[in-house]
Amino acid sequence: METIQTDVAIIGAGGAGLRAAIALAQEAPNLRIALISKVYPMRSHTCAAEGGAAGVIKPDDSFDHHFHDTVGGGDWLCDQDAVEYFIHEAPKELMQLEHWGCPWNREADGSVAVRPFGGMKIMRTWFAADKSGFHILHALFQTSLQFPQIQRFDEYFATDLLVDEGRCQGLTAIEMRSGQMRRFNAKAVIIAGGGAGRMFPFNTNGAVNTGDGMAMAYRAGAPLKDMEFVQYHPTGLPNTGTLLTEACRSEGGVLLNKDNYRFLQDYGMGPETPKGKPVLKTMELGPRDRVSQAIWGEMQKGRAVKTDWGDCVWLDMRHLGEKKMDERLPFVRDICISYLGLDPVTEMIPIRPVMHYMMGGIHTDTKAATSLPGLFAAGECACVSINGANRLGSNSLVEILVFGHRAALSAASYAAGVKPGDEAALTAKAEANQSRLRDLFMRSAGKETVAGLRKEMTGTMEEGAGIYRTQEGMEKSCKKLSELRRRYQDVALHDKTNVFNTDLFSALELGNMLDCAEALMTSGRERKESRGAHQRLDYTARDDVKFLKHSLAYYSGLEPPRIDYRDVVVTKSQPGVRDYSGAKK
Amino acid sequence: MTENRMGARQVDLEVLRYNPETDQEPKFQRYSVPCINEWCVLDALNYLKDNLDPTLAYRWSCHMQVCGSCGMMINGEPKLACKAMLRDYPGTIRIEPLNHFPIERDLVSVADDFIAKLKRVKPYIIPGEKRVPTEGEYKQTPAQLKRYRQFAMCINCMLCYAACPEYGLQPKFIGPAAISLAHRYNLDSRDGGRDERQEEIATNEGVWECTFVGACSEVCPKHVDPAAALQQVKAASTVDWYLEHFMSWVKK
Repeated sequence: METIQTDVAIIGAGGAGLRAAIALAQEAPNLRIALISKVYPMRSHTCAAEGGAAGVIKPDDSFDHHFHDTVGGGDWLCDQDAVEYFIHEAPKELMQLEHWGCPWNREADGSVAVRPFGGMKIMRTWFAADKSGFHILHALFQTSLQFPQIQRFDEYFATDLLVDEGRCQGLTAIEMRSGQMRRFNAKAVIIAGGGAGRMFPFNTNGAVNTGDGMAMAYRAGAPLKDMEFVQYHPTGLPNTGTLLTEACRSEGGVLLNKDNYRFLQDYGMGPETPKGKPVLKTMELGPRDRVSQAIWGEMQKGRAVKTDWGDCVWLDMRHLGEKKMDERLPFVRDICISYLGLDPVTEMIPIRPVMHYMMGGIHTDTKAATSLPGLFAAGECACVSINGANRLGSNSLVEILVFGHRAALSAASYAAGVKPGDEAALTAKAEANQSRLRDLFMRSAGKETVAGLRKEMTGTMEEGAGIYRTQEGMEKSCKKLSELRRRYQDVALHDKTNVFNTDLFSALELGNMLDCAEALMTSGRERKESRGAHQRLDYTARDDVKFLKHSLAYYSGLEPPRIDYRDVVVTKSQPGVRDYSGAKK
Repeated sequence: MTENRMGARQVDLEVLRYNPETDQEPKFQRYSVPCINEWCVLDALNYLKDNLDPTLAYRWSCHMQVCGSCGMMINGEPKLACKAMLRDYPGTIRIEPLNHFPIERDLVSVADDFIAKLKRVKPYIIPGEKRVPTEGEYKQTPAQLKRYRQFAMCINCMLCYAACPEYGLQPKFIGPAAISLAHRYNLDSRDGGRDERQEEIATNEGVWECTFVGACSEVCPKHVDPAAALQQVKAASTVDWYLEHFMSWVKK
């Protein structure tokens, strides 16, 4: 097996991976960097983020406000030391991106413009029309091209980490164009592999978001934290699940039920605010968990709009007018016309909540270090706990920058003290990875198919881990996932070609998703309370005595994960009431 | 509101297949795929892969016209498969990998040449006025932003290379997307790197290879208008040439 020697290997070349690579190139210029991704960097799902990125910059804002919005928005499951670090670094990172050419929208005087966003008390969301993630990703990718020490391995599919002597020392990956396995020897590894939304049947995520990074770390012994917290974005197109940014509402769009009534006022987010004049932190600018739960409530009450794609509510943006639509939300308009045949300038758009984001992920500390020495993680795949039980929109595009950068610094300083590993042991482990892969590749007698198992998995996830959950539903789903993970051992591949074998990659992705799915469902079953995005019909209240804690899921082979807990770090904000009723303020 | 949009329909696809390990040359394979009329071609391919033939290879990810993965020839035209709606294709749909690129396998093109060209044009800010982030942002008015924004919309889908007859004839041509990207940075008020980029793009492999057919702009799914970028670079480099040769005392 060909071995590639590097100092820091980064898995994933989206926003977090690229930010880490650039930070290493600039701040540890003598290190060799291997940036490994199963897609070309600009295909990464950062490109799909629309709304913007939060950072305190305007004179009426303060770090304290951003802190409290984030911690309250996360229903006090955030680690407050991590949030503190995050909010202070946020404007620095966004300013750095400005210097790297990100085309942020501007005020008339040339300073950076900000827009309001859900759950935020002050306008602090930097934006580039409704393609903020796209521009951030391309600015980072293009900036990275000037550093020769960043060696890219585009279209390399990482399979597993190499762990020996209790520390991470590299990984194995398949060069997709040849089908050959390569071994990367690294002093430190950063996982920046993104989310796992493809576990769900109706999601905003790209095909790439299959939890590969999470699953790799999990199998290597690093626990997955708070996996039960799944963000449903309120406004997805009902047929394709395509995201319509929260900026639709922050620019003035309103949500209506079948009677054209602004129902959010019935769910603790009222009274009604003037149409087209959104008020911060209430009504349509409530946090995503609450808004999605309210839509679910309307569906239960029979006040939803019936469509061919199921129950929906209306997103009405007609009053914004064509000019504002084209200036602030041009992509939204394109998407509605393409996939629904409806122009939001003249028609109301049916929407329904759609699985969007994983608050949980690989447990890291505030330095982006996992509990496995030599392994670091950043971005959606990680859980440093700034998002708690519910992420506020526009915090994640900043998270990838702040903690991508932080992971790079930590990895660099760790790499400086690393002694060479046991070559024979690492070789044996890499060869074991290869032989497992060969077994999967050669197997053609198995009776399970990738598409068939995937369909059963996504159905199970929707049933057990929707917006509202029950013990019974999650028990059933846990059993089903356990069964699917066993049946997966019998999956057969039809494609026996080495070159760009997407049948093989789909099978590996399915395995990764099944691992994440079981961690998610088991953590959810054990959390007997309602908090943020984890809402239960049988335990309807938040329980700070028992569950002001992070769930940790530990991989246990084919058995379900072992669940443990860890205290939440509380520094200055004691758990309180989440108040999104605008009038009381 | 949704009547007539959900009509089911059997769609015939002719898909170019090529397995470099077993095939002498590419050949078409026919599939009949049950579709919903509101689907895009990518949905049809995904159905095909999950239910009819798991060996078909193609790239895709976002399904929302922004990641640039799923560029392919659809009835002879370069398109994003996620933007090509079945309702616009009443008959058989012929699907091939992008023109002008080697085939890696089936619908997957070899993108190495394009990726190398992106890097070559130095698509990053080479600061004019030196500033560090702690000093705050470079002021850029909405009008200054507007000068380059359109050229910053490129998703690197490579459709313009598949459409460009010059690139087909002369693969050394840097091509529409990479030149547009260089132009995007040249027009950015924060940038001072134009001279360095001109060495790459104001050359015979750069803009002077372009014969202004304009096919790049016609196929661009993001309205970047690479043809306009190329013409603007040509005009600007002509001015440079005159300044250098006839008016060398004038500072550029």
